[in-house]
Amino acid sequence: MKGSLTKTVILLVGMYVFLKFILPLFTAPLPASLIFLYLALTLASAMIFYTMSGGSLDEFMGPIGRFLTGTGQTGIAGTARILVFVLFPLLVGWQTYTRLAPSDVPPAENRTIHPAPPGEFVGLSNPYERTQNNVMMGKGLYAAFCSPCHGANFDGKGPAAVGFNPPPANFSDPGTIAQLQESYLFWRIKKGGVGLPVEAMPWKSAMPRWEVELPDEWIWKIIMGEYDGAGQSPRTWEEEE
Amino acid sequence: MKRFNEGSHMKNHGIIEKLKSLVPTVKPSSLFGWSVFWALVLLPAMVWAQDAASQAMSVEYRDIPGLGSRNVVWVVAQQHLLLAGFVLGVPIFAWVCEIVGWKTKEARYDKLAKEFTKLLTSAYATTALFGGILLFLLIGLYPKLMAYLSDIFFPTFIVYCLLFLLETVTLYLYWYGWDSMQGNRKTFHLFLGFLLNVFALFIMIVPNAWATFQASPVVVGDGTAIERAWAATWNPTWWPVNIHRLIANVVLGGFICGAYAGIRYLLAASQEEREHYDWMGYVGNFIGVFGMLPLPFAGYWLMREIYQYNQQMGITLMGGFLAWLFILQAMLIGVLFLGANYYFWMGITYRIPGSERTYRRPILAMLVVLMVCLGVWMTPHSLVASLEEARKMGGTHHPLLGVFGVMSAKMTVANLMILVTFMSFIMYWRAGKQETAAWAKIAKSVMGALLVIAGIAVIVLGVWGYFVPAIIRINYFSVAQVLIVLFVMVTFTPLTAILMKSAKTTTEMIWGQMPIRAGYSLVSNAVMVILLMSLMGYARSSSRVHWHVYGVIRDTSDYAYSPALGYAAAFMSLNTFVFCLLVAFIFWVATMGDKGKKSPEQEQPEPAKIPGSVAPAMAGGAPREKA
Repeated sequence: MKGSLTKTVILLVGMYVFLKFILPLFTAPLPASLIFLYLALTLASAMIFYTMSGGSLDEFMGPIGRFLTGTGQTGIAGTARILVFVLFPLLVGWQTYTRLAPSDVPPAENRTIHPAPPGEFVGLSNPYERTQNNVMMGKGLYAAFCSPCHGANFDGKGPAAVGFNPPPANFSDPGTIAQLQESYLFWRIKKGGVGLPVEAMPWKSAMPRWEVELPDEWIWKIIMGEYDGAGQSPRTWEEEE
Repeated sequence: MKRFNEGSHMKNHGIIEKLKSLVPTVKPSSLFGWSVFWALVLLPAMVWAQDAASQAMSVEYRDIPGLGSRNVVWVVAQQHLLLAGFVLGVPIFAWVCEIVGWKTKEARYDKLAKEFTKLLTSAYATTALFGGILLFLLIGLYPKLMAYLSDIFFPTFIVYCLLFLLETVTLYLYWYGWDSMQGNRKTFHLFLGFLLNVFALFIMIVPNAWATFQASPVVVGDGTAIERAWAATWNPTWWPVNIHRLIANVVLGGFICGAYAGIRYLLAASQEEREHYDWMGYVGNFIGVFGMLPLPFAGYWLMREIYQYNQQMGITLMGGFLAWLFILQAMLIGVLFLGANYYFWMGITYRIPGSERTYRRPILAMLVVLMVCLGVWMTPHSLVASLEEARKMGGTHHPLLGVFGVMSAKMTVANLMILVTFMSFIMYWRAGKQETAAWAKIAKSVMGALLVIAGIAVIVLGVWGYFVPAIIRINYFSVAQVLIVLFVMVTFTPLTAILMKSAKTTTEMIWGQMPIRAGYSLVSNAVMVILLMSLMGYARSSSRVHWHVYGVIRDTSDYAYSPALGYAAAFMSLNTFVFCLLVAFIFWVATMGDKGKKSPEQEQPEPAKIPGSVAPAMAGGAPREKA
């Protein structure tokens, strides 16, 4: 149990370095909110583990107590203690200032990606049979109208995708259309970004309102083509025969 | 007094005389004329009165200025529900404790059951009081809605009143007859406890029908009043809510009793008191954990039914603006799981001397698994990210960690957390004992292998769930995960019980040695579960959005909007705080009487008898009687 506090500090620093610098070498960087969450969980783990028994608690809290009270803090330790006492309030002050100072950086968003659809679109089912012809027609329509943004591979990486923020949806991701019923897609394609409800603010969607250009039949067939091309199935309550 | 009456009589007499002087002398011949006169005068007044009455009848809403009708109903309804949860949950385990005491002949279980029931009796009246206030508020503030619901559910109101009468009478008999119904009459007392629970169950499920009908109404056709009420009662979310609430009430009751024991433990003046309340805290925590293990399964079923009932409502809850509540829910459940496990682990290190070294590594492993699972559970599908961060990620879904945001991942980690918590309990049960059965080694190997296979199977099904249609995952994979975990529980529990029956105690368990933070962790668990119930109560209510009865009666009041999540969170905290205050007051009142009863000779509390035979799992490996 010796050095449990030091171990905790090393663990936290190691975790931070891993999440902030090492993980982004292999994938996209993590947002600060997620890093904070994982660090908080790490700290909580250490505190739970080291406060489980009297001995480990003393090991963990002892150095903190001695540091705060100044017991045995002489020489470099004493100087470091004073330094921390001076720097810590400054750090808090700086943090407060940076949080409150006027800035042109927009605040973090908790955007609702999948808002609830309007009542008139609930419970609709695809009126067209899932035949090879219909699927092929849907894929053709998809290629003509959707693939410039959503990509020929249904992965959201069409040639025009780079121009959008947030980027077009990646249909091959199991967290997108696989979670939704066909009626939901029908609503989103038909009404587009301008048809999003209040809860989806700030309405960040460049999706066109396709109802002005495409008949409902085409939209239903595009949906069929999308699911087939992305290798996903719509959410249903009945199992397919 | 007499003089006053005389005076008032004189005064009245004077008024009458004055009135007489105002009315002209009436001749019989002019009686008809006077009648016509008064008719002409009164007719408009009667019409006005009728107008006023019909206006009163057509009032749809009333408001409480300054506070807002919705806010007041929110607080009162939440207090009533939390109190009701406690009042309906406690009899279940009080009765089980009494049975355990009766079967094992251990007086401490009977004493504990009685102590639980004491808390119940004190909370019962307050629950009814809040129920009455809520009813008056609803009738006054939402007359149109209440008229509609009364029209459909009136027969159930009668049933509810009858049930309440029966419950009250049974509770009186159960509580006041406790001491007199010992010995030969104990079985009758146990029967009363059974009846108490049966009535309590029905008292819960009848109003559940009203609330669930608001969320998932069914077409109520023509027919008799009973037929209509029956049809409305059997709505799609009725039984999922019934089961979810029944289990949640046990969890709430267990953790609140645990918190009560925790506070009494912190205030204990003698070692005997410390031992008793340490043990009571353990039992409270055990009951809370016991209920918590199947609770996520019940919650999953409820959400599935909601989704199936109405996609719009399902998405509002799980993908729309209420989805963030489920991240908060994950955090609260995580803290609850951690708190419960922390208490178990502290129990091992403090109550069983020398076991710290033995169990340190397994505890660390379990802690790591719990934390990793919690990390996955709390990772949202759409991350909170600045514009710059979102640009770097290519949207608000992280390409790698975004996979943690969907149900397959959440179900997997929830099952693993349940499995780990169950193993914590098994570890606690086995701590300080040495199995003597010849087949113990084989049994332990089988259990170890089963645990590993179960863990792997849950993970494999979770990962596989990403590659199959949602309906296959929901109908088969998730169900299979639940069944695997349940299989582990139902296999390990009797196997461990048989092993422990013949086990030799190597280290006596010492009660009353837990540190003060154990008491605080019990209180924290109770606060978490109250917050959790306030949170999910808000989620369930808000999922109806701008409908009083979903899709049938629209909310046209000034409050026909969903409050911002921050505002709602403040109310949840307020509700939790108020409920804690109420519970503290009720418990204070309940224990005040005990202090008064004690004679100087009895100043010292009755020594807690924590003897030996430890057959039931609930004893959690309490020490055997010293030779």
